[in-house]
Amino acid sequence: MAVTVSPERDVVAPPMQRALREAFYAGAIALGLFVLFIGLRTDQNISNELILVQRWGLLALVVVAVAVGRFLYVAYAAPAIERSRAEKAKAPAVVAEPGFVRQNFNRIGAAVLILYPVAMVLAFGFQGSLKWVDNFGIQILIYVMLAWGLNIVVGLAGLLDLGYVAFYAVGAYAYSLLATNFGLSFWILLPAAGAMAAFWGMMLGFPVLRLRGDYLAIVTLAFGEIIRLVLINWRDVTHGSAGISGIPKVSFFGLMSFNISDPNYIAKVLHITQSGAYYKIFLYYLILGLCFLTAFVTIRLRRLPVGRAWEALREDEIACRSLGINTTTTKLTAFATGAMFGGFAGAFFAARQGFVSPESFVFLESAIILAIVVLGGMGSLGGIAVAAAVMIGGTEILRELDFLKTGLHWGNMTIIPGFGPDFTPELYRMLLFGMAMVIVMLWKPRGFVGSREPTAFLKERRAVSGSFTKEGHG
Amino acid sequence: MDATSSTNNFILQVEHLSMKFGGLVAIGDLSFQARRGEITALIGPNGAGKTTVFNCITGFYKPTEGMITLNKRDGSTYLLERLPNHEIPARAKVARTFQNIRLFSGMTLLENLLVAQHNKLMKASGYTFLGLFGFPSYRQASAESIELARHWLEKADLIERADDPAGDLPYGAQRRLEIARAMCTGPELLCLDEPAAGLNPKESASLNELLNDIKDNTGTSILLIEHDMSVVMQISDHVVVLEYGRKISDGNPQSVRTDPRVIAAYLGVDDEEVETVLTEVGDEDVIEQLDTGPDAAHGPGNSASMMAGPVSDTVEHADEGERVTVSKAASKAALVDASKPVSQAGKPAAKPRSPAKKSTSPAKPAAKSSTAKPRGGRK
Repeated sequence: MAVTVSPERDVVAPPMQRALREAFYAGAIALGLFVLFIGLRTDQNISNELILVQRWGLLALVVVAVAVGRFLYVAYAAPAIERSRAEKAKAPAVVAEPGFVRQNFNRIGAAVLILYPVAMVLAFGFQGSLKWVDNFGIQILIYVMLAWGLNIVVGLAGLLDLGYVAFYAVGAYAYSLLATNFGLSFWILLPAAGAMAAFWGMMLGFPVLRLRGDYLAIVTLAFGEIIRLVLINWRDVTHGSAGISGIPKVSFFGLMSFNISDPNYIAKVLHITQSGAYYKIFLYYLILGLCFLTAFVTIRLRRLPVGRAWEALREDEIACRSLGINTTTTKLTAFATGAMFGGFAGAFFAARQGFVSPESFVFLESAIILAIVVLGGMGSLGGIAVAAAVMIGGTEILRELDFLKTGLHWGNMTIIPGFGPDFTPELYRMLLFGMAMVIVMLWKPRGFVGSREPTAFLKERRAVSGSFTKEGHG
Repeated sequence: MDATSSTNNFILQVEHLSMKFGGLVAIGDLSFQARRGEITALIGPNGAGKTTVFNCITGFYKPTEGMITLNKRDGSTYLLERLPNHEIPARAKVARTFQNIRLFSGMTLLENLLVAQHNKLMKASGYTFLGLFGFPSYRQASAESIELARHWLEKADLIERADDPAGDLPYGAQRRLEIARAMCTGPELLCLDEPAAGLNPKESASLNELLNDIKDNTGTSILLIEHDMSVVMQISDHVVVLEYGRKISDGNPQSVRTDPRVIAAYLGVDDEEVETVLTEVGDEDVIEQLDTGPDAAHGPGNSASMMAGPVSDTVEHADEGERVTVSKAASKAALVDASKPVSQAGKPAAKPRSPAKKSTSPAKPAAKSSTAKPRGGRK
């Protein structure tokens, strides 16, 4: 029996026809799937009886959306992707010159951050800018600083630290306790908090020197929990779960204060109208300065022997020892330096909140900071800053999405029905967080910035691909 | 005066070194010297304990017994077994490479060589504090370190790839880079663990060139482990042969090459050759023993390659009427030793295990004069 291949079978249907057909199938599948999920809904009526609510309109909307989406994808998006891929393959393998934005990413980023509060004040006025400067700006920058601090330990030295929040807590409590009990100024206590955290970093470092990988991670996690439990249970000093309140505000280097009752209140000194925004803007620039300090120190340290030794330690500890590097002190300096920046951030956090309690220093915080470092790309400052903005800014922006409650309206017509006033999108942030992380990790397994900038070069600085760098074994 | 000058001739003196892992004797009472300005090769079959000796010298293992003395050019002396691991390269100036290359693969070639100059740069950067504020003294030291790195990159013929990640290099280049990195620590003694492993003949020749260059121009003495005999015989001035953690021969390449025990232990011999070798030793007893002929049932097989080991070497002691059977996997050096009990009485007995074959069959006493010992070879 000869196999005859009919020529018509091989010819692929013209794209439009195929797109229509696939759109129909997709619509049919969507109808089958959603008829019970969306079309019918069980509810209670006034007399507590179970009733079926029929939502055929919504179902039709979903089915049509699926069909149209499929049609657009097959008819236009897929051929376009195909074409661009073919073009890319045809084009000679010229290394694309990075664009202006990419080349000057750090400078542009810094400029945007410096101008951000000004833009917000111009756009929303002093009172309106409060939310944007405080909830977004300061909140994100605190996490940027924490992540940059942890980056020294995890990204450079390759020591997996799951208890980083402990140093944040040490810094915050150091400032709160010393400021409330002894009335010392923020500017004295900021270095003190950093030193205290660095000291505890060393304390953590000593017992874990011999541990690597998973074992190190578990011990650092335990350390974080120990600090938190001490804060809860040492009631005489820390007031336990009640926390410490009435932490004094930061003053403008002792020259101006941000307390309205003080004689040197900023508005009185400068003869301007009273506003709470001054303090927030000042805090914003303060944390921005601290972030720049962290970045400056990190960049400088990477080019110094100690920073190279950290990276070498991440690559191969045994080779380090064979070259005469004292791995003990190298690890301890990494822990101490990372912890110091955590302590700075903690002191700032306490001053900003005016209240600290052990609630703020749970393991979840450590996990978020570590997630930011991993998502941004270990070792890369720019990537980590972007990751912090996405992760922290993303959860903050969920609070702003009012249309999810009310629905989207156009005139009198409802385009998308809302989930009702009980719906709180911010409760879903962890779900979205997780989904975002999975997607990013699939798309870029080494984080936003997977390559590594070399610290020295003879002829030209070429980024080292992430496939060569190691994550370290603890 | 005379004594100091003679000790100063030796850069490294290993005396009665023993390393035991539990009941396992990896190195047993090993003594040898490496002369200054020479290339000393440490050879031996797989599992002879060569790398263990290296690990003891470079501080990765603390030896169970023995003394390792390093005499620096300036007359200072270090007891390596007492120094902490990282101070051996830092203070005693002993650098090493690894059998399985250990580069910082995510760092560029230049960075690899800069990491090697860590201690020098650390001091110049005022233990980070001066460097953090960009003091000129650090900047100068940094420029000097880059110059040194450039010098060694040129020597290793890697200057073209200075800004590439080390993990991107081909295997042979990685070996050369590891040597260049070790040289950047400014060592007095360079310990190379199988530098020619996995190299093709051309790469191996360029390696020889590099090592000879290091020897002639830097005053660095070299201690190397190598399996590639072309490298060993061409460049080494002195060869120490180990088998099962014990020294079986020591001398210049020619004398070692003709040493029957080395031939037997290291290179492996056919059974016919064993006889020849034993005859060459010229021991009357041996000849007499061999003349009596082996037991037919357990007699030597027709082939005993290096891989297979001799098939049941049986030596009959006709004069005593007692047959001592050597196990299949018996040490060949021990066989030679056993054949001349008087002359070898003072030497440590080699262990009855085949160098090439990792047989698990329990070794029987090789001969009356050589005591059977548990397996001692370990990498």
